[in-house]
Amino acid sequence: MNISVRNAETFEFTPENLKFAAGQLAKYPTSRKQSTVMSLLTKAQEQNNGWISVPVMEYIADMLEMPYIRVQEVVTFYTMYRQKPVGKHVIEVCTTTPCWLRGSDDVVAACKDELGIGFGETTADGEFTLLEVECAGACVNAPVIAYKKEYYEDLDNDSTRKFIKAIKNGGVIVPGPQTTDRHKSAPEGGPTTLKEFCATQGGDS
Amino acid sequence: MLADKDRIFTNLYGYQSWKLDAAKKRGDWDNTKNIIEKGVDWIVNEMKSSGLRGRGGAGFPTGLKWSFMPRESDGRPHYLVVNADEGEPGTCKDREIMRHDPHKLLEGCLVAGFGMRAEAAYIYIRGEFVHEADVLDAAIEEAYAAGLIGENACGTGYKFDIYVHRGAGAYICGEETALIESIEGKKGQPRLKPPFPANVGLYGCPTTVNNVESIAVAPTILRRGGAWFAGLGRENNTGTKLFCISGHVNNPCNVEEEMGIPLKELIEKHAGGVRGGWDNLLAIIPGGSSVHMLPKDVCDTVLMDFDSLRAEGSGLGTAAVIVMDKSTDIVRAIARLAAFYHHESCGQCTPCREGTGWMSRIMDRMVTGEAELSEIDLLLDVTKKIEGHTICALGDAAAWPIQGLFRHFRPEVERRILEYKKSRNAA
Repeated sequence: MNISVRNAETFEFTPENLKFAAGQLAKYPTSRKQSTVMSLLTKAQEQNNGWISVPVMEYIADMLEMPYIRVQEVVTFYTMYRQKPVGKHVIEVCTTTPCWLRGSDDVVAACKDELGIGFGETTADGEFTLLEVECAGACVNAPVIAYKKEYYEDLDNDSTRKFIKAIKNGGVIVPGPQTTDRHKSAPEGGPTTLKEFCATQGGDS
Repeated sequence: MLADKDRIFTNLYGYQSWKLDAAKKRGDWDNTKNIIEKGVDWIVNEMKSSGLRGRGGAGFPTGLKWSFMPRESDGRPHYLVVNADEGEPGTCKDREIMRHDPHKLLEGCLVAGFGMRAEAAYIYIRGEFVHEADVLDAAIEEAYAAGLIGENACGTGYKFDIYVHRGAGAYICGEETALIESIEGKKGQPRLKPPFPANVGLYGCPTTVNNVESIAVAPTILRRGGAWFAGLGRENNTGTKLFCISGHVNNPCNVEEEMGIPLKELIEKHAGGVRGGWDNLLAIIPGGSSVHMLPKDVCDTVLMDFDSLRAEGSGLGTAAVIVMDKSTDIVRAIARLAAFYHHESCGQCTPCREGTGWMSRIMDRMVTGEAELSEIDLLLDVTKKIEGHTICALGDAAAWPIQGLFRHFRPEVERRILEYKKSRNAA
């Protein structure tokens, strides 16, 4: 892996993220600054190319007047904090039973084949990281991949390959069901309830 | 089948906009002031009379839970915490509420918060639901701008704030005291009870933790009356419920139905039936991964509610129906769940921390048959050693799927073990 860690050796929030931090602090009683640790770590991870380094934790600890170890505890407890560098595109594949029943093995195989890496690995060019995740909570649209802010659902081998190729080529993929024309979590072929209501279109993406 | 006029989540699928204007047209925020002005006692009593039982899995009566909050404040603020850490394998209903009908949840927060004299609500949403949390944030902004919440919520003079707290990936934070720890900025490790959150909860203050669905149905119940809700379903199992039907069905989907609907009817009417027909059914996990599976003969007749499923040794849980047809490697399906619980154990209690690992490793060998017959009873013994010996219910949840497997499919595992031995001897 040739991702440089050097530029992450010091860390401080951008002015924009400092404003975000102030907004988070306003949500909780003034004596409970620690409550913002999770959202600040998430934001810091975003700013720090997708992972949390020691300087990030030190910075957050100072900001919230928390012992460093308490911040590290949080980082190591929650799975969405990444403790080593990741690629530009992090692909998270759910393989828990409901996804597995619907063919997540095929999705995993397609990812590994297209990217040439296994779970927990990053491609040599630093573009992709492939992760296995536990239940993503979109089981009626299984199998599911989480990528950036959205879920890509109802996948199979072909659509997964297409999905990854599209990311490689900088294409736009619409989130939601990938293999069928079903509407979100409604059954394929149209809803079995509230048919009149559902006929009045006007949903947001 | 439940009539459309009795469905609460009319925008479940997001055919319409989630935004305030559209939500108001669907009946949300309609004279909420009137509900608030009827007072705390009226709200709690109406919720009690609706018979609503918590929709997050445990099924505790919601109105009763609200009534546990102290009647007189001792100076500490009260909090409502909404559990949106949806992560029970099979379950994906709260996600739909949050991304398509967030105003139902927000209005629910206001009336529930008022019903327990809370000054604020924290909605704890799992970190993976980025899109859903963004929608919630935007909906909250709309509600503040419209004066529905904030300094003078709905013009009632009652001050009420709603905040979103984003998680970062931990199934255990769906446990209410772990969730509270997490909001406080700590590892999500459950607390010993008592004291219960109603006395010592978030920041040591009286707190009630409710599931998203329980809170989101409250405004409709209060508008249409507890008696309306209680008139649906069966006694002690009233109202409507969101069901998530996943796995080997022709059309997996979410759907709102009446409590007590026969499982078979639910699957055939809404999910297009079992793949390959009903006779191709092997087993169903009816309430999210933590409950015992049901073999086909039970599925033929069982009703989908708390008491019917409990009578079959299972549970309604989150009403996440995971269907497995005859092509399923049932041992692997459960082994994968064992791996899930091992991954998600918070590590606080020894029986769970160590036991989930042992169970997962033995289950992996059961999949291939690379085990001894005596290990089946050993494994079941391990499940019994975990069950009931941990602070929270994750230990139980990890034990039950395995117990359920051996209750109904022990011969299959034995067959694998013997076959493996035979193949080894032949070689």
